[in-house]
Amino acid sequence: MSTPDHLLYTKTHEWVRREGGEAVVGITVHAQEELRDVVFVELPNVGRSVKQGEAVAVIESVKAAFDIYAPVSGTIARVNDSVSKNPQVVNQDCYGVGWLYTISPVSPDEFTRLMTAEQYTKQLQAETH
Amino acid sequence: MEPLIFERSIPGRRGYVPPPNDVPPSDPSAFIPPDQLRATAATWPEVAEVDVIRHYTRLSQLNYSIDTHFYPLGSCTMKHNPRVNERVAALPGFSWLHPLQPAAHTQGILQLLHELEQLLCAITGMAAFTLQPAAGAQGELTGLKIMAAYHRRQQRHRSTILIPDSAHGTNPASAALSGFSVVQLPSGPDGLIDVRELKARLTGDVAGLMLTNPNTLGLFERDIKTIAALLHEQEALVYMDGANMNALLGVARPGDMGIDILQLNLHKTFSTPHGGGGPGAGPVGVTSTLADLLPLPRVRQRGKSLVWQEEGTASVGRVHGFYGNVGVLVRAYTYIRSLGRDGLSRASRVAIINANYLKTKLQEICPVPYDRACLHEFVATMKAVRAHGVNAWDVAKRLLDYGCYAPTVYFPLIVEEALMIEPTETESKETLDQFAQALGQIIAEVRSDPEMVRHAPHRLPVNRLDDVKAAREPNLRWRPGRSPNWATAGQR
Repeated sequence: MSTPDHLLYTKTHEWVRREGGEAVVGITVHAQEELRDVVFVELPNVGRSVKQGEAVAVIESVKAAFDIYAPVSGTIARVNDSVSKNPQVVNQDCYGVGWLYTISPVSPDEFTRLMTAEQYTKQLQAETH
Repeated sequence: MEPLIFERSIPGRRGYVPPPNDVPPSDPSAFIPPDQLRATAATWPEVAEVDVIRHYTRLSQLNYSIDTHFYPLGSCTMKHNPRVNERVAALPGFSWLHPLQPAAHTQGILQLLHELEQLLCAITGMAAFTLQPAAGAQGELTGLKIMAAYHRRQQRHRSTILIPDSAHGTNPASAALSGFSVVQLPSGPDGLIDVRELKARLTGDVAGLMLTNPNTLGLFERDIKTIAALLHEQEALVYMDGANMNALLGVARPGDMGIDILQLNLHKTFSTPHGGGGPGAGPVGVTSTLADLLPLPRVRQRGKSLVWQEEGTASVGRVHGFYGNVGVLVRAYTYIRSLGRDGLSRASRVAIINANYLKTKLQEICPVPYDRACLHEFVATMKAVRAHGVNAWDVAKRLLDYGCYAPTVYFPLIVEEALMIEPTETESKETLDQFAQALGQIIAEVRSDPEMVRHAPHRLPVNRLDDVKAAREPNLRWRPGRSPNWATAGQR
C-alpha cells in the first residue's frame, strides 16, 4: 500500500504536505479504498478558522458519509474546487490532484503532532490485524 | 424490461371518456398566481385502463417486498403487517374523515388517538405522548426541540449532545439541525457505552445524551440506569431513539430506565407497511416534567367529550399538518389491540429468539465481532471474504438471487464489512434455515467463483446497478422524446 515518505499523516487517515507555512490536506490511499467510490465532497469555506481534530469537510461515497478532520489548527486558505466537480479524482489520485484543502498559516509545532509515513504504516498494520 | 408508462402512450387512447363539461369554464389566472400557472399543458401518458393495471401489476411483480420475500433488513423491523390493520384503517368511519371536520363530529378517531397515547405510555413507561411526528427522524427533531426548550426554561445554557459512535446517522443530523454541537462517544470493547468515556465528556455544557437501546449492534445497554443517573446529576437529559423497541415490548420500559424523551417508530415496531419509505409515524413520549412542552394540538378530555387543545401550554409548536399520519396511527392501534399485552410481549421475545437462533446458525460462516446474546438483531462481519476480492456488498447482492432481501450493509460503522440482520418475530424456523443455507452457499461460491459473486445478482430482472453513476449523474425523470439510458442500468 502506497504511503509516500514526504507526507505527514493523522490517525483518521488524512495526509498533510507541508509547503512552507501552509498545510495541504487530502485523504490516504487506505482511506479512499475503505470509502470506495466517492460521489460527493463538501469542502469548508475559505477563511474559516479551524482547530486540530475538528470536522471540516464531508466525503460521501457509495458506502456512507464520512467527516474529514483538520490535521492542524489554522485558517482554511484554499479549497480544491475540482474535487467538488469531479469527486472521482479522490479515488484516482488522492495524493495529487485529489487534494482537498489547505490550512494557513500553521505554526511549525503543529506539524510535530502528526505521524510520519513509518508511524502511519504501523498504525494501519495494527488496525488490520 | 417493462417500459415506462409514458413509453406506452398512444395519442388519443383513453381509459374513460368524461361527459361534456356542463359547468361554465373560468380563467385559472383569475385565482392562481401567475408564477404557479403552467405555460404548456402537462404531458400525460395516454393509455387504456387495462394498460395501467398490467403495467403496475408487472412492476409490483418485479419488486422485492415483505409480502413476497424474507426481508432481514437490520434496523428496519420488516415484520409481516397483519391484514386486520388494513381492514380497520379502511373502515369508512376512518377512511372518509376530513381533518377539518369539527371535534364534535369526529369523537371516534379522537378516542382512538387518545387511547393510542395511553397505550404507548403503558408500553414505554413515559408520562405523555404526541402522535404528530411523521417518522423516526422527525420524532428525534421534536424530542431535541423539547430538550432545548427545557434547558431554556431552566435558564441553562447547554449546547452539546453526546452520541455514541454506533448511533443511527439521523441522531447527529437531528442534533445538528436543532442547533446543538455533537460530541461522539467511543463504544467500549463490548460494543456498549463506556461509562468512563461518558464521564470524561460529561461537562456542564452537555444538554443530553442521545442513545439507542438496544443499540445498533442489537445489544442492551447494560449500564443504562447508571448512565441516566450520571446525566441527571449534571441536570442533563437522556433521549432514547426507539428504533429498536421491537426487542423491548412487555420486557422493559424506557421510562423505568431513566429515559426522559423517547421516539417510537410505529411503522417498524407496531407494524405498518413502510418498505417503500413510508408513510411512517414517530410519536414522542416524555416524562411528566416535559409534558407541557409537547407539540400542540393535543387530545384532551373535557367532560364527556374529547377536544383538541390548541393553546395554553409551553409547547414547542406544531410539527405536522393537522394531527400526524392518522392512517398509520389507526393501523398501529389495531396492531396493539389485536395482540394485547401478552401478545406484544411474546412478539418481542420471539423476535429475540429468532435473532439469536440465526446468529448461532451463522456463527461458522459469518462471525459476530461483539459476540454476546443479542436482542432483536445482530451485526456480522464479512471481513473473511475480502481475501477473495469480494465484499459485504457483493454478498448482499448475491442473496437477492437466493430470494432473500439483502440485510443492511456497512452499518454500524464500527463493524468492518457489516451485515446487519434483523429477522423479526414473524418468520418461521424454515425461513431462517433457508436464509442460513443461502448464505452458506454464497460463502462457498466466494471461494469457487468470486467473479460471479462480484457481479451478482444474476437471476433478477435487472442485474448489478451502477451505484456510482447513479449518485454522480442522477437522471431522475423522463422527458418527452428522450428514452432513459437503460443500457447503463443493468438491463437484461
